[in-house]
Amino acid sequence: MAAVTSAPADTPSHHKSTLWPSTRTYIGVVIVIVWGLAPFYWMIVTAFRNVGYTYDTAFWPTHVTMDNFTTAFSTKLGNHFGRALLNSVLIGVVTTIVAMIIGVFAAYALARLEFKGKFYVVGFILAASMFPGVALVTPLFQLFTNIHWTNTYQGMIVPDISFVLPLTVYTLTAFFREMPWELEEAAKIDGCTPAQAFRIIILPLAAPGIFTTGILAFIASWNEFLIASQISPRPSVAPVTVAIANFQGSVPHQEPYTAVMAAGTIVTIPLIILVLLFQRKIVAGLTAGGVKG
Amino acid sequence: MSVTPMDATTEEQQGKRKRRTKKGGDEPDHRIDPGATRRAWMLLAPTIAALSLVIIYPVVRAIYMSFQADQHLDPTTGLFVAGGFAGFDNYTHWLGQRCNGQACATGEAAGYFWDVVFITFMFAFVTVVFETVLGFWFATIMNKKFRGRGLLRAAVLIPWAIPTAVTAKLWYFIFAYDGIANHLFGVHILWTGDQWPARFAIIIADTWKTTPFMALLILAGLQLISNDVYEAARVDGASVYQRFRYITLPLVRPALMVAILFRSLDALRMFDLPFILTGGGGGTGHATTTLSILVVRQYQVGFNGSAAISTITFLLVFLVAFIFIKFLGANVVETEESYSRKK
Repeated sequence: MAAVTSAPADTPSHHKSTLWPSTRTYIGVVIVIVWGLAPFYWMIVTAFRNVGYTYDTAFWPTHVTMDNFTTAFSTKLGNHFGRALLNSVLIGVVTTIVAMIIGVFAAYALARLEFKGKFYVVGFILAASMFPGVALVTPLFQLFTNIHWTNTYQGMIVPDISFVLPLTVYTLTAFFREMPWELEEAAKIDGCTPAQAFRIIILPLAAPGIFTTGILAFIASWNEFLIASQISPRPSVAPVTVAIANFQGSVPHQEPYTAVMAAGTIVTIPLIILVLLFQRKIVAGLTAGGVKG
Repeated sequence: MSVTPMDATTEEQQGKRKRRTKKGGDEPDHRIDPGATRRAWMLLAPTIAALSLVIIYPVVRAIYMSFQADQHLDPTTGLFVAGGFAGFDNYTHWLGQRCNGQACATGEAAGYFWDVVFITFMFAFVTVVFETVLGFWFATIMNKKFRGRGLLRAAVLIPWAIPTAVTAKLWYFIFAYDGIANHLFGVHILWTGDQWPARFAIIIADTWKTTPFMALLILAGLQLISNDVYEAARVDGASVYQRFRYITLPLVRPALMVAILFRSLDALRMFDLPFILTGGGGGTGHATTTLSILVVRQYQVGFNGSAAISTITFLLVFLVAFIFIKFLGANVVETEESYSRKK
């Protein structure tokens, strides 16, 4: 379906090369690593820097303190970062679970069944993924105002589910295509119903793919900002992205950089852990779906 | 998680299995039977329902709203009047920059509507070009075999994984007047205050965040190219440039086109980054306002007027997607048949 099919990332491609890169490759590798890590490193260094030395330009950690993390969680200045973290976890987990359940059904149909109108379904789901989110804000705001869904979890979870569904369905379909379906056939011959064959044989085999897709869905909903900031900005329900964007300092119109960097570090750490643990799977999932999370 | 059937397979094994699957057990399912169709639609129903509620309904509703007038001050009576049918008024307001039948005064949002369209497309074009060129280079580096590739891939995933809201704040700090960017380059630029610096701040931050994603998609395309092809070309005396121009580029093109399409559509709806980094401002006050930001700003003024902008945005994005798919050969809808044919 998506033209980029999943390819395990460790294909030996240039067999002339050894395990040690040539100087040119080595320079390239360093540049790419600096590209990925330098701004992130700067965020962490700043997060641990005393607020009085916000603009210190030393590359290594100086004036190290944990105060910024205390400030980030403090509610004295009208910030509700801790609450926002809980909200984000709740929204992310519910969105992911529901999207996965719905998505597994759809992906099974797309990967496994031949039926009339399949082309249009694929096109429809694809179109949905290309959709500018902002085209939905105005009508959704009105609709959610009418049914009293503004500043509620469901007011974010339902749109988030729809936003991550195309990605979920694509990635899962790509994974499902790789399944040894002859085992399912064999199970059916042995007397399993189609549902049983799927549950007992295919689902355990598909678990890694489903897990990867779940990570992608969670990251996508964790990062959502547009709908949350417009429809549910109240601190009691708002996710971390909104909390960080609206972070207040003690001085009006002066960005509390060090505290914001501390908050940013906390928000990013779960994602970095996921990336470090599952980078191979995430790459496989991303390129299988070919859709940005 | 590490020892699972999927993990353990190398590409070779997966390839074999794919071929086996395609030739073997799959055969009966390629016949369309009515039972399968019914089952398929039942399985797809929740997905279609969810997408319809949050995507189809709002789009239809937005189109309807865009033809309604917002509550406004009646110029003759001086009273507020309810909307009612407006015809194309909302569209002439934005596209023709007309306010109450005459040219809009300075400061009216409609007066800079075309600036906003330009800014949106400029951002999309510039960032996608940067990301494609850099992404290609990153992908060729990542495609080489060396110790620590895992580390490289993890490093590259970090910008992708950081929430855009955090990215925006991070670059806001980097681009602060006393920040590290000015310090490193020994300049004193008001990054978020002046027109082009503000635009470049956003372009740089977006390029930083999304180049890795582009690189990974291109890398997936590169990995499908067999090394034998390069070997053969090398034996025939093809230069590095010729190998790139006549082997790499054509073979990676399908993956590349899809990546560029997705990135372009994503860039056209850019919101979080400029909204948080510059608030859409800089220089003239709207130097970094994208269509998405304009919609959000305008719906506080009037729902129907902003529904017209969101409909225009939707049509523009649709048009770009259409051009990509129709004329530039981005093959995004791969059906089962073309999938099996390819194998």
